[in-house]
Order: sequence, then structure tokens, then C-alpha cells
Amino acid sequence: MEWETVIGLEIHAQLNTKSKIFSAAATRFGAEPNSQACAVDLGLPGVLPVLNREVVSKAIKFGLAVDAHINQRNVFDRKNYFYPDLPKGYQISQLDWPIVGEGKIEITLGDKTKVIGVTRAHLEEDAGKSIHDLYDDFTAVDLNRAGTPLLEIVSDPDMRSAKEAVAYAKKIHALVQYLEICDGNMQEGSFRCDANVSIRPMGQEKLGTRAELKNINSFKFLERAINLEVERQQDILEEGGKVAQETRLYDAVKHETRSMRSKEEANDYRYFPDPDLLPVEISDELMTKIRQELPELPQEKKARFISEFGLSKYDADVLTSQKPMADYFEKMITNNSNHAKLCANWIMGELSASLNKYQLELMDAPIIADDLSLLVSRIGDDTISGKIAKDVFKAMWDGEGSADEIIEAKGLKQMTDTSAIEAIVDEIIANNTPQVEQFKSGNEKILGFFVGQAMKATQGKANPKLLNEMLRAKLG
Amino acid sequence: MSLHTKTIAQLSQGLSSGEFSSVELTQYYLDRINASDLNAFITVTDELAMNQAQAADDKIAKGDGNILTGIPYAHKDIFCTNGVKTSAGSKILDNFISPYDATVSHKLNQADLVMLGKANMDEFAMGSSNENSYYGDVKNPWNINKIPGGSSGGSAAAVAGRLAPFATGTDTGGSIRQPSSLCGITGLKPTYGRVSRYGMIAYASSLDQAGPMTQTAEDAALVLNVMAGFDEKDSTSTERDVEDYTASLNDSIKGLTIGLPKEFFSEGLDDEVASQVMAAVKEFEAMGATVKEVSLPNSAYAIPTYYIVAPCECSSNLSRLDGVRYGYRCEDPKDLEDLYLRSRTEGFGEEVKRRIMIGAYALSAGYYDAYYLKAQKTRHLISEDFKKAFKDVDVIMGPVSPTTAFDLGSVKDPVSMYLADIYTLSANLAGLPGMSIPAGFAQNLPVGLQLIGNYWSEAKLLNIAHQFQQQTDWHTKAPQEL
Repeated sequence: MEWETVIGLEIHAQLNTKSKIFSAAATRFGAEPNSQACAVDLGLPGVLPVLNREVVSKAIKFGLAVDAHINQRNVFDRKNYFYPDLPKGYQISQLDWPIVGEGKIEITLGDKTKVIGVTRAHLEEDAGKSIHDLYDDFTAVDLNRAGTPLLEIVSDPDMRSAKEAVAYAKKIHALVQYLEICDGNMQEGSFRCDANVSIRPMGQEKLGTRAELKNINSFKFLERAINLEVERQQDILEEGGKVAQETRLYDAVKHETRSMRSKEEANDYRYFPDPDLLPVEISDELMTKIRQELPELPQEKKARFISEFGLSKYDADVLTSQKPMADYFEKMITNNSNHAKLCANWIMGELSASLNKYQLELMDAPIIADDLSLLVSRIGDDTISGKIAKDVFKAMWDGEGSADEIIEAKGLKQMTDTSAIEAIVDEIIANNTPQVEQFKSGNEKILGFFVGQAMKATQGKANPKLLNEMLRAKLG
Repeated sequence: MSLHTKTIAQLSQGLSSGEFSSVELTQYYLDRINASDLNAFITVTDELAMNQAQAADDKIAKGDGNILTGIPYAHKDIFCTNGVKTSAGSKILDNFISPYDATVSHKLNQADLVMLGKANMDEFAMGSSNENSYYGDVKNPWNINKIPGGSSGGSAAAVAGRLAPFATGTDTGGSIRQPSSLCGITGLKPTYGRVSRYGMIAYASSLDQAGPMTQTAEDAALVLNVMAGFDEKDSTSTERDVEDYTASLNDSIKGLTIGLPKEFFSEGLDDEVASQVMAAVKEFEAMGATVKEVSLPNSAYAIPTYYIVAPCECSSNLSRLDGVRYGYRCEDPKDLEDLYLRSRTEGFGEEVKRRIMIGAYALSAGYYDAYYLKAQKTRHLISEDFKKAFKDVDVIMGPVSPTTAFDLGSVKDPVSMYLADIYTLSANLAGLPGMSIPAGFAQNLPVGLQLIGNYWSEAKLLNIAHQFQQQTDWHTKAPQEL
């Protein structure tokens, strides 16, 4: 039987505020355990939450960026359950009146685009962390993360493959970074994905029973976990079994998912409006202000890259798919605006390849935008050829200095001295009579042979343009 | 020396004129507390009190004092007090030394008041008789076989027993007014949002409100001046200036229109209590007020509404008492569930567990609409009744409690106990300010008159109460053995 996969994602984006959503404690990652938990975060008797208005603005930004309806009156609810890293015995979240209502976002897969619905996005506080492997007989609790603001972004079940799910997740990931509301760091857990996965016979409208996959901390694992789950569900259904509605934990090391809790074991969260917090009222003025201050979004930037710098649709798409890359590109072209295409090529070519090879993020690249920009300038002004530039790039990557320093130190500057090149060209023509004859009889390709010989003789430093012109003149 | 018969206003004069010092006054009250067997205090903070008294005397000597500098008081044990045990009357917090001050505690400290100790109370403010305290029953100073009322029973007994010039209280469903009535003192529950709830251990967040418990309306005005005010740490406190509540105490109340809700004088109201209340209303008429009958038709639903809303909120508010970070933890828990289950089973008293169960049930899937949502709708209707009534009248009057103080241990059925709150719950559900003022005696026990005002009408209520106290002397009566 042919099956159709149906996926919806729940993304938790940590909002990058300095203080927590309901207290004044700091939100910095990696601090000494429990050093960033104040009386409110500890859930001491008598303490009360006070909303950090920053989170409201950040959530509105997101809502506007996905064309969503903003609920200008929204309500915080209590989600009640017991767990040691949940100090109050309830999480403050939003149920019936989330701040962001229905919206949508377009994803690109190859040359196809598709619109994915955003069901809603709501504000909530994060829980602390339980650390089970620190002590033999105890579980340790670190409440630094308790009360960190989260925006939970829920998609419609619109994705039909793991690849689409990853494209959507990446798109949201890029968007929150463009909006500067989340640092997007997946390793530190500032951007987390849960996937609701089900399958159904192709053509059937009714949705199959879904499993919720948790603990996915990279796009790669997202794709793997979904594919794994789809296979698991297919096996069950094809053997005549039934998929159980449950939450499953993805184990990246063992590459397996395992059941965490079934629907029957799920908590009755006894949601009700939090009486300690008034409903959030958002004024029209604030809406207008945020709308005006909205930064350039990926789609807009892409269009501008095409119109302003003449980039291809593909290049513009790749460059704008991640904010750090778009920023890198824009920094490079501040001094190189007439070499936009060259800048794009170097980012998407050498730089990306090296980052891949060393498993680095762009922000950790040893070559910053200004330095790469200088290298591109040296190609542009004929100081070095593109080929030599690759060697310079490698040396820069290895920390040997700036482009100019390396060119100088290694004597890589192009030969632009016509008489010196002429002497070499004359010698090559004199020593290679058969090839000269071939060229004269119309074999244009043989020109490459002469260029190669000349480059060899000059250790690649001959200006290719000059060399070409000279060869043609002398051979012709 | 009979300092204990003096009001705050009188003590303040004595302190500033040098007639006695705060250290003398404080020691005097500490001695009275030590000699008392009312069980009005959970913790007596002798040392802290004497230090605060000394500091107050220093200020007075330098001329830096304010009208309340050096006045001692009893602080309900529901308010967090930095470095002092804060138990809320519960075993589960028996070992809890608060690391911070509630906003109210902070304000009282800033006003140079002297805390004598933490007053006994029904566990987590749940109760109408103060029989639900882990620290034992509080006795009514008028008759030690009677209950003092609750939940601020320790506070009321302390003031009535003249163990403190005043006390703080909190009122979620009548917990200031009912014990004030049963102990013959003056108690004020302000408009919801007038006094900060930060650091006041939550029972039912949407209903809880703190206020003063005093001998006179004038004293209540003096204390409310300090307690009231917007607090950025409490999102439900209202950003509204605090007026000087003493400023209008002496205004004439001629032409005042009093509303008497017929629903407050129905079946279940003790005849003698009713006649005392009506006599007080007559007194107001003699002072130039007119009386009108009003109707609060939905007040009949106040009890069921309250006993859904309050338990729902408390079931969640008390979840933090889980034995994990502070408070009571059972011995040798075998796993996490055992830790939760036994810590809470052993740490909470019966009434608290009952209300947690009711609340958890009413909020659970499938019941939420039928209970919680319906209660919210009824609550709205109750508020609307008042809105309508206040179009015609300036103040609503009636009994506080259907009976005088009953015998300790005599009411065993929780529902009968809940019925005792019938006249006080509506003001909490609507968020309105209410008072109880002494209005005579029945069966040799005090009877209180309840005043309910419109939103933010604390000054008016205090004015009305003060004018009554200029014409009557019920508020000056103290138990015989004193």
C-alpha cells in the first residue's frame, strides 16, 4: 500500500530577553546552577509573577512576520502538573487565547514552493532542568532555566515528508533570527522541535493516529527521527497493527525512538486562567510601532539581492536562507558592491565548503567578512587570479594573515609586466611548433595548452587576461 | 498602667509626648502575650520586637518618627517575614523561615512599626473558626470556650484580648470581617487590588485581600494608610493613588443612603443578631441616614460559587508545597511519587486537603465547564447585583455572621461551617470593600455590623464607621476579665 506522511511541528523558540518572562532574574546560558533563580523562579510561598513586556513585543514581531492574526487581548493560563524542575507545580502558558493566531509561511524545496499554515504561537515559561546522572541516589535540579521565555510555534499538519518538515523548521529558524527574537542556538536548546507524525493510506482524508517525537536538537536529527517514525508506523500498519497515540523520545546515539508516555498516562493539566496575571492588552499604537520597526525579512531581502546586485534567484535564496550568511554577504559587499556575484560565489563556494569540512557555524569561521572581502577585491583588481586566490584563502583559513600579507609574503602577486610575460610567451611558442600549427589550422582548444604552459612557467602568477590576449595576438 | 485599653491614636500621642517609650509599650504587650492563654500567636518575636522598639524610640527622640512609629502589632502568619518563621498555620511550612519580606511586611517595617509576633490562623486561611490551625485552636477572649472566627482568628483574638493594639488580617471569603465580628473589633477588607498580595501566601488569588484589624475605625484608617498602595510586584494591584484615609473621618454622614439587602435578613439569621444589626441601622437613621431595601438576588449562589472558585485556585496555588525545595518532606521517600504523596498527605490538614481535592476535581477535564466556568459566570452576576444596588444607595449594611461565636468543636460538618460565610462571600466575589464594626451583644457575645461599599470607597466606609463610633461605645468594650 502507498502511504502518505503527515507532519506537524511544535517549535519552542527561546526569546532572547535579558530577564525572565515573569521575574527579574537573568537568562544567560551556562551560569552556575541555581545562580539565576530568584524567589519568583524558586516558587517560594507568596511570590507573584509580573509579565516582562519585552516578550509581548517579540511575539508580536513573529506574528506579523508570518502574516498572523495578533490577539490584542490574550490570556495566561496555568498548566498544572507536578515535577521537581517545575517549582510552582504549574507552568504559566497560554491555552485558549494565545498571543499569535493563525498565520502562514512559504517554504522552498528545490524549485517548488509550498505554504505551511501556522496554527498559533503562544508565550510560556520554560521549566528548570533535572539532572539524573550527577549523583547516584539523587536527581539534581537546576532552576536557572525556569522562567525563561518561550514562544511555542505550532504548525498545521501540512508537511508531507521529513524534508518538508526540515525546510519548514529551517525557515522558522531563519525567521526568528532575522527578527532578532531568538538566538537560534539548537545545542543550547534555544530552538527546539517536537514533531507530530502520522501516516495514512494515500488518498484517505482522515488523519492517522499520531506519535509526538521529542528531544530532537538538530535539523539532521529531525529528518532522521521522522523517517524512522514513518518506517515504524508503516511496519505496524502493514502487519495489521494499530499505532498508539503516545509521546516518543528520540535517541540520537542509538538512532531509535522509544515510548515516553501513552495517551492514557498523559496528565490532565487542569488548565485555568492564571488569577495572578491580568489579561494582556496590546494597544493599536504598539502594533503600529512594531510593524514599522520590523526588520527586512528573508523574502524581502531575497528580492532585493536579485534586483540590487543582480544575483540569480538561486544564489539569493541560499544567501538569505540563514541570517548570518545574509549578514556576511552584506558586510562583504559594503566595499565590493561591483563584485556582488564574486562575493556570493566565494561564500557559497570556498567558505561554505570549508565550514562544512570543519563542521563550523558561520559565526565561528576563522575568516570574517571584511577579510574575505579584501581577498575578493584582490581578484577584482587583478592583483591575483581566482586560482591563486584559493591558495590565499586556505592560508587565511589557517591563520597566516590577511590576504595582502599572504600575497606579499608568498610573492603571489600577478605578473602584469608585459615584457616579462612576452618573453615567456615567445619561448613557449618557439618550443612548441606542432601545437602552433594545430592552432593555426583552427583548433581553438589548443589555446588552453599554451595558457597552461605559461602559468606553469610563472607559477600561476601571470595575469590570465593579459596572457590570453598576448597569445592570441602572437599565434594569430 | 493600662496601656492595653488605648487605641493606636492614643498610644501614638503617648509615645510622641514621652509619656512612655516604645520599648516600655512593647515589653508591656509581650508580657500580656506571655500571660495569655488564647493561643493567638504561632511565633512571638520578642527579640526582634525589642530591637524594633529601640530603633523606634531612637527615631522619636530625634524627631524623625511618624504617627505609627513604635506602635506594636500582631502580624498574621500568612505574610512572609524575612528571617522569621512563616507557617500559614500549616505543618507543611513549620520549618519555613522566609528569606524575604512581603510587601505589606516591608511597608509596616518602613513605617517603624513593631512586630510582636505572627498571629495564629486557620491553615492557609481556610476556615471560619480557627480550628484548622496546625498550632491549635485560638480561643475567643469573650468566652474561651468559643471560637474566635477565622481565618484571621489569632489576629482578632489578639486585638480583642488587647494583646496588640492592632493586627493584620487577610480576607478571602470573610476572614477579616467574620472574626472581627465574633471578637467585637473593627476590621476592614479593602477593595481587591488596593493592598499588595506580594509575599502574602496565596489561598485564592482572585479573592485574597489584606487589611487592618483594630479597635476603632480611626485606627483602621491609620493602618490602611500604610498598607495600601500599588505594587509593581503584584500585577493585580491597582495603579491608583492612596488617599489619606483619616482625612474624611469626621465628615458628616447626613443624607447617607443605606441599602439593606433583603437576602441578608432571611432564614438562618439568629434573631438576636438580627435585632442588634437593626438597632445599629436605627442609630444611623438617627444620625440622618435614610434606609432603603435593596436586592442582591444572586447572593444565594455566593456559597457554591465561592466554594468552587476558591478551591480551584488553591488546588493550584498549593502545588508548590511539594516537599522538594522547602517545607515539610516525608521521611525516606522511596520514589518521587511517594515523596509528593506522603509529604503532602502528612503536611496538609484535613480542610486543606478537602479543598485541594474539590478544586482539582472541578478543574479536571470534562468538569471544567460545569463547575469553574459556571462559577465564573455566577460571580459576574453577583458583581452585577452590587453594581445595580450601588446606583441607589451609598453603602450596604447587614450582619457579618448569621450567629455569634459558637462553641469550639461544635461544628463538625464542613458544609455547615461553609454556611457561616453566607454574608461575607459576596464582597470577595465582587472585589468590593467591606467592614465589620462592633454593634452590640447577643448571648453575651459581640455582634458585628457589616458595611459593604462601592469599589475604592474605603475612605467613605471608614468615615461611616467612625461616625457610628462617635455615637456608640460598643467598640470600647473589652472582655470582662481584662
